[in-house]
Formats: sequence, C-alpha cells, structure tokens
Amino acid sequence: MADASIGSVILEARGLTRAFTGVVALRDVDFTLRAGEVHAVMGQNGAGKSTLIKVLTGVFPPDRGELRLHGAPIAPSSPAAAQHLGISTVYQEVNLCPNLSVAENIFAGRYPRRGAAGLWRIDWPRLNADARALLARLQLNIDVTRLLSSCSVAVQQMVAIARALSVQARVLVLDEPTSSLDESEVQQLFGVMRRLRDDGMAILFVTHFLDQMYAVSDRITVLRNGERVGEFLKDDLPPAALIRAMVGRELSAAVARQAHAPAAPAHDAHPALQATGLGRRGLLQPTDVMLRRGEVVGVGGLLGSGRTELARLLFALERSDSGEVKLAGEAVHLTTPVQAIRHRLAMCPEDRKVEGIVGELSVRENLVLALQARLGVRRFLRPGKQAEIARRFVQSLGIQVADLDAPIARLSGGNQQKAVLGRWLATDPKILILDEPTRGIDVAAKQEVMNEILQLARAGLAVLFISSEMDEVVRVSDRIVVLRDRRKVGELPGDTSEHEVFQLIAAGT
Amino acid sequence: MRPPRSLRSLPPEGAHAADRQSGIRAWPWLSRLAEHRLFWPTCTLVLLLALNATFNAGFWQLQWRDGHLYGSLIDILNRAAPLAVVALGMTLVIATRGIDISVGAVVAIAGATAALLIGGTLVLKGGQQTYVSRTPMAVAIVAALAVAALCGLWNGLLVARVGMQPIIATLILMVAGRGIAQLITNGQIITVYYAPYFTIGNGFLLGLPFAVFIAAAVWVVLHLLMTRTALGLFIQAIGINPAAARLAGLPERLITVCVYVFCGFAAGVAGLIVSSNVKSADGNNAGLLLELDAILAVTLGGTLLTGGRFSLAGSVLGALIIQTLTSTIYSIGVPPEINLVVKAAVVFVVMLLQSAEFRASVRAWVQRRPLPGAPVR
Repeated sequence: MADASIGSVILEARGLTRAFTGVVALRDVDFTLRAGEVHAVMGQNGAGKSTLIKVLTGVFPPDRGELRLHGAPIAPSSPAAAQHLGISTVYQEVNLCPNLSVAENIFAGRYPRRGAAGLWRIDWPRLNADARALLARLQLNIDVTRLLSSCSVAVQQMVAIARALSVQARVLVLDEPTSSLDESEVQQLFGVMRRLRDDGMAILFVTHFLDQMYAVSDRITVLRNGERVGEFLKDDLPPAALIRAMVGRELSAAVARQAHAPAAPAHDAHPALQATGLGRRGLLQPTDVMLRRGEVVGVGGLLGSGRTELARLLFALERSDSGEVKLAGEAVHLTTPVQAIRHRLAMCPEDRKVEGIVGELSVRENLVLALQARLGVRRFLRPGKQAEIARRFVQSLGIQVADLDAPIARLSGGNQQKAVLGRWLATDPKILILDEPTRGIDVAAKQEVMNEILQLARAGLAVLFISSEMDEVVRVSDRIVVLRDRRKVGELPGDTSEHEVFQLIAAGT
Repeated sequence: MRPPRSLRSLPPEGAHAADRQSGIRAWPWLSRLAEHRLFWPTCTLVLLLALNATFNAGFWQLQWRDGHLYGSLIDILNRAAPLAVVALGMTLVIATRGIDISVGAVVAIAGATAALLIGGTLVLKGGQQTYVSRTPMAVAIVAALAVAALCGLWNGLLVARVGMQPIIATLILMVAGRGIAQLITNGQIITVYYAPYFTIGNGFLLGLPFAVFIAAAVWVVLHLLMTRTALGLFIQAIGINPAAARLAGLPERLITVCVYVFCGFAAGVAGLIVSSNVKSADGNNAGLLLELDAILAVTLGGTLLTGGRFSLAGSVLGALIIQTLTSTIYSIGVPPEINLVVKAAVVFVVMLLQSAEFRASVRAWVQRRPLPGAPVR
C-alpha cells in the first residue's frame, strides 16, 4: 500500500457501458475514485447508480469499458474477487450472518488457526482480540462475542465495515448505508467514514438523502439516464444545481419558492382528514397534512423522502408515535387498517403484487374483498351479487377482462391496478390514499388511472396521491405536500410547475 | 416475511392445456371433467376399490343383518369417519398456510377426558341392570369437546398472536399433549363401562354406522359455513396473500385463531369416536400418527400445503382413499411387517399420478417419439 497518499487516483473507470436485454443501464460512464475522499454518486431512480456499483464490485462485467486499480487494469469476476483486490462493499441490507458472533462475522471464512498438530483449531482468543482491535479503529467498544442479531442495525453496519477493513480494503463502497439508521446512528457512521477517509481510504457513498450527502461527501458524480452528467466538488454544486443535474431540466434561477401553508378556507371548517404532527421515530418526522373533500393532494418528494411512510401512517398500517388525526373534525385514534376502513379510508398500496392483489383468487373475488371485509363474515355477498358488483367496476374503470372468474394474476399490471382501485371504490370510501397507483403500468393505463382519480375527486372524495413521477403529481394535484428526508418541507398550490417542486425539495431545510 | 403468493407461477394452467391437447380432446365433456379438481382423487379411489374387488369377490356385497348394513364398503366408511373429521379441520388450517401436527395428541386428550368423566359401572337397580356414568354423558361429551377446542385455541394463539411458525407451535402440543392425556388417565388405559357412549363409535342409525353421520354432519356444517358466509373467501385470501388480506381489512388474526380452534374441535370429535369405538381411552396410542394421515388426506384431496384454494370434498375423498388403501393391504394379505412399506409405495405412486406436472412430463416423454409418418415438430 505504498500509494496511499491522499488524493492519488485509486480506482478508475473509463467508458463503462452495460445493457440489460437491450435497455442501456450505463452508457460510456467515466468514474474516478481517489484515496482519502468520500465520493457520492447521485441520481434519480434508474439513473444507473446501482449498475455502476455492481460493475465496480464485480457483480457483473461491463459490456464495454475498462477498470483500473492503481493504474493496472482489473476485471473482477465476482464480489469476492473484487474484495480480494481491495474493493469491499457494504450493501443496503446488511449481508452478514445474524446467528454468528460479531467477531465470527468479521473474520468469517478467515478464522485464525493455531496449534502445530491441530491446524484446524480456531484460535478463539486471537479471533476475538483482532475483532476488538478492528472495532476500536471504528471507536466501537462492544462485546465481540455477542450474537450479531442482538446488535442494533447501526452496529451491524459497523461490523460490515469492520469486515471490509479486515480484508485490507483500499476502496469501500457504501450502498445506502443510512436507510435504516436513526439520526445519532447516522452521525456515528459519518464519524467512522471521516476517520477512514483521513486514513487514506477511498469511499464511494450512495444515498437518497441530500443533506446526508452534503454532510459527509467531498466530491459528487451525478448520473442521469445511465450517463454521467459530471463530476463536481461538493462546494461547487449547491442543492438546486444538484437537483437540476439529477432531473435534467433547466430550473429558473429564481429564488426557491418559500414554503407556505395555505389558509384553511372558511367554508370547510372540518376537512375530511386533518393530521397534525403525525409521525413515527425512524419513519417520518411529525408532519401536518390536510385533505378536503373533492380535492387531490399530491405528495412530492424523492425516493426515501417519507412518501410511503406518510400513507402507511395515515392508514394505520404503521402505528404513529406522535400527532393526532381528525376525520371530518372528529379526533380518532386508528391502530389497525380495519379501524381505518371502518372510518371510510381506503388505500392502494405501493406494491401491487405484495400487498394489493390476491393472485389466485378471481377478479370477482378480488374486487369484493374489501367490501366483504367491511360487511363481515355473516353478511355474505353471494357469487351472483359479487359478479354484479364486479361487473359494475370492471365497466366503470374499463378493466380489460374476459372472464370475471379468472385468477387476477393473469391480468396485465394496469388492469390489476384498476382492480385494486375498484376493490376500494366498492367500499364507498370518503378518503382515498393512492401510493404509486401508476407504477409499472403502461402509459395509456397511467392516463386512465389519473383521469379516474380526477373524476373521483370531483365526485367528492378526498384523495392523497403519491407518485415518483413528478409530472403526474403536478398534473392531478390541487395542492402538493413536499417531503424531503422524511420531513415535510412545505406545500405548493396545484398550479405549480415540476421544477418549482424540485426547487422546494432542494431548498428545503 | 413470507413471499407473496402472487409471485408464484400457476403451473396447473399449462398442465390443463396439455390435458386438452391429448387424446381426450375427442370428448369435450371428459376433458372438462378431467379439469375438475376432484377428478384425480376420485379416479384414485375408484381404482383402489376396483383393485379390492378383484382380490375379494365379496367386496361389493352389502348385507342387511339385524337392521344394519354390513359389508366391506360400510367398514371403510365407518373406519374413515374419524380421519375425515380431522382432515376437514386440517384442511382449513392448511388453507391459511398453517399446519397442525397436534391433532393426534388432541384426539387422545379428548378421548381421555370423556372416558374419565363417564367411567361407568353396571349396577342393579330395582332388580334391573342399569348403566350408571360418573357424570351425565352430555356433560362429558361437551367437556371433552371444550378441552379439544381449548387445545386449538392454544395453537391458534401461538401462531396468530405470538407469531410462531405453525409446525413449531403445534409441535409443542403434539409432544406435551400425550403427557396431558397420560395425566388425565393417570398413566392407565381407562375402560368405559357405559353402553350409551358406545353408540358414537359403534352404533347404527338408519342402518348406517353412527360415526358416518357425525362425519357427514361436520362436513355439511363446514360446507355451509364456507359457501354461505364469507369465511371461505377470507380463509383463501389469507392463505394466498396475508399482507394483502390484512390491508383489505380482513380480521386476519381472528380468523387464523378460529381455524385452529375448529381444528382442535374436530380432533375432539374424532377422539370421541375413537374412544367410543374401542370402549377405552389410551393416552399413549389413541390417534397415534393421525396428524400425518390427516395431512396426507388433505394433500390427496388436492389442497396444496402452501395454502389458499382448498377442497373440503377432496379431503373427505382423501380420507376414504387412505382407509380403502389400508383395507386393501389387509385384504390382499400383505404380511403385517411390510404393510407400511407397501402403503408408502402406493401413496407415492398416487401422489405422482395426481401431480399435473408429472402427468405433463410423462406425456411429453411419450410424445417425444413421433409416430411414423407424423410431421416432426
């Protein structure tokens, strides 16, 4: 490790290109990582961040382009090979063995042995002492014989980093390490990152949290649609410019619009839903949201900004630990979805396949499921009545289905999504929470779903609309609640433009 | 978290398509019949009955003696009754992605409870012989069923409230239950001397064994509950995608608990039949390995162990298949020391035959050799 001098280039990628079944995920990307820096890779979903990391760490080879480590070309064929070369990765989900001790995890596969005759005997005292020494470098003083599963996620992260250090890593790749950490744990991690950086380690850091990125990074590479937008020093790229680079649209140079709370109009003293300071530690900071009848409220924010968390807290899928919710002026305390449904709330979940459809049940059964749940076990809708209800929503939502008794899993994504929407409309809800109702469906179906949402609002529903497509949010919303880093940073009127939303996200403090 | 069921492929589709392509295309009604989920279990049962008849000329004969029907078929029905009742309870548990391996022990507990409470002696009362029970028979039966349902409640709470894996949760009672039964019987085999109690397992009604009526009643009640209330829909939804079911507002935990309670109750009913049939309660051996036969019956009936869609009729057919198989093995004179091996082999073949994937691959293998003159695909 003679070339550990701060600032010298350690890892260099030139012209990396990688396509998956015809879709180019990475196009001609250059990337340079220097010793003693924390280098952030930023970009929206699908910008190519994870593909870049996976190419760098040997998960798959690039189609074109070359990698150089200390100037010598390398072609790691697997993460293990990359690790052998000194490129260690700590993944988003900690990939350690929860049923082994901390020390065992750090040295898994490389236990120190002892004894002339017994080469196979593990030198436990040395193992534990080495582990303790490594963790001390991270200023972590814990019992290394503890089971990993008994440690907090933050400690598990540290153990993963210690494992990376123990293999003499020169390059450390941290893919979203902070997503499951709370504020103080994040600070602890950043302390470790800074110390390692000062020791000459090159750190590649990926996060969705802008303020965290600014807190710890020295240099930023921005990707967009698989291409490199540029490499910047942190101080040369203020948040507004960063978001412009990530989103790719020219934002007006005007000062970011100040967050403002719209004055509640006098004619609606009791909005359909009013949440005050609703939040839960680790999920969402206390947030105010108000939904009026006949109104679509959009939620603007990047991935990980707390959009889904807000929806789940409102629907009582997660219990809140702060704030209160008023429905039509009446304070309620919802602890289960069943209660939320009884108060005429409805929610289309983010992941249609995991929490939406019941795949092997028929379209008919899927459409009546929520209504039947509200009616209870005894007031059973006979199959004839079910078909009648199902036919009504198949027609009004334009669900393309030949046979109401066919399993819903055989429908296209867009039709499944409409069926999940129809399931809730059948319960005649007053408040509709839609988490990514347009995800994974084709353009025409997206348009239909959005038209449907507007019509529902016109019919008097209060709608909360969440989408990662900002243009959709801007198009259907009467008001937009803007979230960033699990916090509400402001509210914008419905006639806002996309970049005003992005500006507020960038300016939000 | 368990993986979402919706991500699972739906293999029977392709298999059914293959059924349609093969020779039975000529008879559309037959092809539709072959697609019915009970087609293969029924075939298996018919095949086993036919096999029996070839080895035993008197197999189909029914005799009317003393106002009762007698014959091999009646025997099979009678002996299959407790298994069918347990299998019906097990079907619902399996439909919710669970499993209950404690039913054998619950059979022993229920039998022991009933036998202990009834006891019974023959006394002379006014020159007449009368049976006297320790407690009224109705009380004893209700108590036994209540204890069994309580066992089910314990299982259900462990699964739905504590969040244990069903096989582990019910393993506890499977092991401990035998001990509890022994405690009740004080380690002895309790013999019942109370004739009215024997009706349950040995009596006749309208010429048919009484136990058959009990099994039929459980089946009918359950069938009505599943088709006339939303329970069937809810249980399937929970079995296929519990996360979606919870989000749609189903009382997921409550239903899961109820299903285990019912399974325990069904095992209690079986316990009454068994103890009445042998006129005693043996904490050690009553219902031994019954859980495995019950799971096998459910599987033979076409309900997948992964939960979701279920068939009550299929499970009853499965119970009949198992009992017929057992009778066949005895009647064709398989030496007792190897009859378990024979049974296992037959079950293996039956399972293969009932697997749509296996049939499809056999068909593919047969069709790979083109007929002379046929165009090569």
